[in-house]
Amino acid sequence: MMKKIEAIIRPTKLDEIRHALEELGCPGITVTEVEGHGRQKGVVRQWRGKEYKVELLSKTKIEVVVKDADVDRIVKTIIEVGKTGDIGDGKIFICPVETVYKIRTGEKGDDAI
Amino acid sequence: MKTKILTIIAGLALAGCLLLPTVTAAPTSADPSGVNTGTIADVSATNPGKPTLEEVAAVAGHNKVAINIVWTLVAGFLVMFMQPGFAMVETGLTRAKNVAHTMAMNFLIYPLGMLGFYVCGFALMFGGLGAIGTLGGYAGLNHEFTINLFGKSFGLFGTKGFFLSGSAYDVAIFTLFLFQMVFMDTTATIPTGALAERWKFLSFFIYGILVGTIIYPIFGNWVWGGGWLAMLGQNFHLGHGHVDFAGSSVVHLTGGMIALVGAWIVGPRLGKFNRDGSANPIPGHNIPMAVVGTFILAFGWFGFNAGSTLAGTDLRIGVIATNTMLASATGAMAATLWMWIVRTKKPDPSMMCNGMLAGLVAITAPCAFVNSVNACLIGLIAGVLVVEAVYFIEGKLKIDDPVGAISVHGVNGAWGCLALGLFADGTYGDGWNGVAGTVKGLFYGDSSQFIAQLIGITSNFIYVGLISFIIFKLLEVFVGNRVDPDTEIGGLDVPEMGVVGYSGVKLDKHSETPIPKELFTIGQ
Repeated sequence: MMKKIEAIIRPTKLDEIRHALEELGCPGITVTEVEGHGRQKGVVRQWRGKEYKVELLSKTKIEVVVKDADVDRIVKTIIEVGKTGDIGDGKIFICPVETVYKIRTGEKGDDAI
Repeated sequence: MKTKILTIIAGLALAGCLLLPTVTAAPTSADPSGVNTGTIADVSATNPGKPTLEEVAAVAGHNKVAINIVWTLVAGFLVMFMQPGFAMVETGLTRAKNVAHTMAMNFLIYPLGMLGFYVCGFALMFGGLGAIGTLGGYAGLNHEFTINLFGKSFGLFGTKGFFLSGSAYDVAIFTLFLFQMVFMDTTATIPTGALAERWKFLSFFIYGILVGTIIYPIFGNWVWGGGWLAMLGQNFHLGHGHVDFAGSSVVHLTGGMIALVGAWIVGPRLGKFNRDGSANPIPGHNIPMAVVGTFILAFGWFGFNAGSTLAGTDLRIGVIATNTMLASATGAMAATLWMWIVRTKKPDPSMMCNGMLAGLVAITAPCAFVNSVNACLIGLIAGVLVVEAVYFIEGKLKIDDPVGAISVHGVNGAWGCLALGLFADGTYGDGWNGVAGTVKGLFYGDSSQFIAQLIGITSNFIYVGLISFIIFKLLEVFVGNRVDPDTEIGGLDVPEMGVVGYSGVKLDKHSETPIPKELFTIGQ
């Protein structure tokens, strides 16, 4: 069985997390620039003497699909490396993956990861 | 022939040996140090090497005018380079979706304004100027249309020099045209900032023709072309008449007034004001561009102010250029610190730029007449004034000026003229506008000069305000001043110009003000 780990992280933490996952032997990763907000809802900027709120913040989303057995280790690593302790460190979502195909070879399941 | 040349050379050599111990003949060998180039041999004389006093004087006179013409032309080239400065400041402080439109206005105003000035603007402004003293004294521009009131004549506009033809086909007059044309174009490009991001290009185009042919030249004639404001001194003993050395009123106040009336009539950008009248910020897309543009303007300003002597031989240029430089610094510092300490507690870069430009605008009229301490003070006040004017125009007048053109050019143009009437220290300007004695302000003993400055500013408000009002109202009726709301929200680039300014670049939606439908105040 497999799981997809979807983590919303600080863009500045991307390289560190990516390298940490590589060291764990995590085979592939998908990275997307995303925008959103959590509870703290945006930041305040200024323009010519007036303040305004930017409600959606830039974040980075990483997605990895791994075997069930590897999930805990990877989640633990992302939390360890991605944490600053300040508001806005992000979130991790785990969801089940029914199966995986590899397009080049047609392999299926665990072998296709 | 050969013998003759040999005789001349022999004569020259002899003259050199016998008469003058220094080098007198054309150099016969390379001159790496430069001390031997340019000798008596370079003075045209019937008897080479032995010019008469008259021959020496003729060369001295020719050289003096040549220095003045070269100076005026080079200064004009510098002022021409202020056009990209304006383009960059205005485009940087506005949104990415309108860059092609904003840049195109700043670009096209150059040829448009120039051709209008060539056809008739120059003639209306300078056609009655008379002799141009520093450029050789030829008086080809010698007819002013005047009316008589209270037994005094009031010059209203000139009538010589259309198409630079007839008696205007003259080196001095062509030089004056080049220099004055780039000044007019400075005025012309000021309103494009205040009306940016919503001005219909056709309306702008027609404005561009009118500004160089009529709006600017008429007021210009009153101050610089020998018109009635210049004659306030001779006619009514008000100082030296309205004095504006390089254009705080003629150029900047005029541009600022057109911008004020235009921005008021055309209305604010969608989403700028909420229903309750409060204003939303609409962030510009490129601060680096605005900063570089500001530096280009500050550079061009040396030509603007120091060039306005129309004379490289008038060594007051040292004082003028330095005063200009100092006021730009105090203006920038004042705006920066005012924002940092008093207003938002941040040293806002866009206000830094406005502050430097405000200092430059304010020192433009008085630059030749004040000492360095007062130049610094004038810039300092300008820097605070510009920030407060930005708040006032947006917060109280509810007029949307995306780049602060009204605050920079209008408010500080007026301040600069008043500053001359306060701080002119009597060290310069003997005989200015035909009035004997130097130019003195209120603090140096001549309160009538201050009154002349007030009259100049007031007549600018009335004339430029009125003619701009009429023109924008007529444009409203015949072509429409404003793009439709869909164009405005989607960006003017494609609907108005047919191109996108940043093709292939994904625009950051944070640079756009979110406009909830209920916040629309116009266009409904």
